[in-house]
Amino acid sequence: MVELKQEPQKLTAFLSGELDHHRAKEIREAIDFAVREQYPPVVVLDFQKVSFMDSSGIGLIMGRSRLLSEYGGTLEIHNPPPHIRKVLRISGADRLAVIRSSVRKERKKPEPKKPAIPVPEIPEITEIPELPQTEPEQKGTETEHAYAQ
Amino acid sequence: MHTLNELKCTFPARSENESFARTMICAFAAQLDPTVEDLADLRTAVSEAVTNSIVHAYRGRAAGLIAVTVRLLPESVIYIRISDRGCGIADIAQAMTPLYSSAPAEERAGLGFTVMQSFTDQLTVRSRIGYGTTVIMRKKMQHGTEQETGGRG
Repeated sequence: MVELKQEPQKLTAFLSGELDHHRAKEIREAIDFAVREQYPPVVVLDFQKVSFMDSSGIGLIMGRSRLLSEYGGTLEIHNPPPHIRKVLRISGADRLAVIRSSVRKERKKPEPKKPAIPVPEIPEITEIPELPQTEPEQKGTETEHAYAQ
Repeated sequence: MHTLNELKCTFPARSENESFARTMICAFAAQLDPTVEDLADLRTAVSEAVTNSIVHAYRGRAAGLIAVTVRLLPESVIYIRISDRGCGIADIAQAMTPLYSSAPAEERAGLGFTVMQSFTDQLTVRSRIGYGTTVIMRKKMQHGTEQETGGRG
């Protein structure tokens, strides 16, 4: 269910099997115990051998992210299978942790991030039009007048 | 709507049964020869609904029952109804809000309904305080083999 590998600067939790509400508690307790032993700068949750995950897994990620933020640690998610990637995407958990896959693709150049909403191209501005002269002083005086009245 | 096949099942609201409920929906859906992705979506949605009943419905008292009805409807639509006779939800809209959870101490992400919504085509939630909650989901399944072989036969 969870196998822990402790290195001087890193704690890796190799998760396996089905990650649901029933199993989350045990995994959480095992990870937290190891974290509190060494306060590692980097904590890795490896999902390669996880066959199923629902939002209980997101709860696990959110909770560990919170624990790590207490002392400035970094959380990484490694090798999530396609189904788990989908759950991560829906939940926005990709904003809580760095997601990495060591399988294939690693050597390829990373694709430029596509924005979710296409951004219209902004035409280059060759000449900066002069701003119309405003007279704030006059406005200020008017306001003052208004207050004085 | 005309029901082609049906499964009814009742089990106690215990966390050991989350895995059972997932296995059950996968076994039922197997007759459609679904794609890996559709099957993963379906079992995740069921897992969320059943977990909700287990975590919330019978809090502070003896675990009651969860009733599951699964139907195969025409055009490869799977209908799932998951009911409990628990405490009910006072504010369904609030409960469905992403990241809202009434059990943050148990590290619930508050994303159960969000996942159900994302992974199925239709989600209906009915609830009455003191009487329980019913979640109904519908999902049209794609056929795995048919897509690959071009639908022979």
